[in-house]
Amino acid sequence: MTVWWKGKWAGLVLLWIVVLAAWQGGALVYGPEVIPSPLQTIKGAIELLKDGSLQKYIGVSFVRVLSGWTLGSLIAIPLGIIIGKVDAIRHFAEPLLNFIRFIPPIAFITLFLVWFGIGEQSKIALILYATLFIVMMNTLTGVLSVEEDKIRSARSMGASEWQIIIHVIVPATAPYIFTGVRLAMGTSYMAIVGAEMIAANEGVGFLIWNSRLFFRTDWIFVGLISLGLMGFITDRLFGWFGGKVLWRYGVVSSSTIKR
Amino acid sequence: MSLALQNQKDSFEANRTITIQGLNKSYGEHSGAAGVHIHYIIKNVDLVIHGGEFFVLLGPSGCGKSTLLNMIAGFISKTDGRLRIGDAEIDKPGRDRAVVFQQADSSLFPWLTVRQNVEFGLKMKKVPKRERRAISDRYIDLVGLTGHEDKLPRALSGGMKQRVQLARVLANDPEILLMDEPFGALDAMTRRTMQKELVRIWSQTKKTVVFVTHDIQEAILLGGRIGIMSQGPSSKISHIYEIPLDYPRDVSAAEFYKYYKQIQAHFDE
Repeated sequence: MTVWWKGKWAGLVLLWIVVLAAWQGGALVYGPEVIPSPLQTIKGAIELLKDGSLQKYIGVSFVRVLSGWTLGSLIAIPLGIIIGKVDAIRHFAEPLLNFIRFIPPIAFITLFLVWFGIGEQSKIALILYATLFIVMMNTLTGVLSVEEDKIRSARSMGASEWQIIIHVIVPATAPYIFTGVRLAMGTSYMAIVGAEMIAANEGVGFLIWNSRLFFRTDWIFVGLISLGLMGFITDRLFGWFGGKVLWRYGVVSSSTIKR
Repeated sequence: MSLALQNQKDSFEANRTITIQGLNKSYGEHSGAAGVHIHYIIKNVDLVIHGGEFFVLLGPSGCGKSTLLNMIAGFISKTDGRLRIGDAEIDKPGRDRAVVFQQADSSLFPWLTVRQNVEFGLKMKKVPKRERRAISDRYIDLVGLTGHEDKLPRALSGGMKQRVQLARVLANDPEILLMDEPFGALDAMTRRTMQKELVRIWSQTKKTVVFVTHDIQEAILLGGRIGIMSQGPSSKISHIYEIPLDYPRDVSAAEFYKYYKQIQAHFDE
């Protein structure tokens, strides 16, 4: 017999009650200027929703992330495969990659502003940069870990080098590419908030940064929660898509694993 | 048989003959106190494997038998010596030589179904779909996997995966089958079944088989001739046993045991 508080959903509800209680407790102790209560945060959110700014900011940030991330992945996947496949290029490119990837995207904001202006281009370029190296490194690792036996058997069955790339390397690397692209989504959100704080008039990062001028910590909370939700939802959608479409290639979405 | 036909047959067999002369594989040159030292994996191997025969390479682990097989496959290059099929020098992998690997998990394509795996080589050669299907049907049936065509390899047992590997290489109609301890990772009962199956498939398809194993019983069960490889480094073919027993062979027969003792004694020396 299962006791009600041991059920999966009951446990989840209980956890959220504890989190909300701790939040409310903090709000009572430190006051609304430092920690706005859950209720105040909801009020703040309604306020922002009514004048339409929250929807707009979320939309703006989301479009930036999505376009930079898509572009970055589309560039990074073929590059990663080429670097992984061609030894000569890898010997040259790998140290360079390992040098550049330690420079965080945020560090490039000012430079990108100079290069691409204060418009959308600089932000999309930043996300692209944030995506590029993670996806490239993952793809590269994937290519390098394709079992030699697979390539050998394809070769002895008469596959050309090009056919080996398309029919063996790419499908065998799919789980690595998928993981890279999924991780890159996270860093993209980090990068966009930084960019929007420094140089933007719209976006969730702008909302968080701008709210300090009005001492609206509740709006800051709304911004933070929006980011968390945006990331959570896109990650879940992407994971679900991966598990549905790419399961043949060994991609598993975390929510479908049962241990 | 008329003389002309006999000649034709001989030349066909000769085309499939693997001729190895003074073959060496070495790596790394260390110059020490005693001068330059070259590490040989295999040294001075001479061997002729005839078309259509079942040849077993038998030897202890690490003796270089897989290295020799991989050189025949064209996966690794020789250091010097001669290595030919018919009149052609081997320097790269080719469709005429198919390889069955020990680990089916690392050599099969897990994202393709049984049928798609079997049709892989044909698809690379751009054989039309209908023709591909007819060929894959034939070989899936030959290895006894009919009914499992649409399964992914992960849904199959170890023995079935090796059957897929066999069907996959046979679909390309190679002259020579190179098998690298293909049943080494199977349980004893499955291994016995697969050995029987292989003998059946070999006698139906008449391919040349070069089969690597370290299992004496397996060697006698399968091989028409058994080449014994000496312990490495610098290993070579130290002796060749002819096994004139009829297939399928009976492990418990007195004749079988006689060969077993003989070969066992060879290794005990």
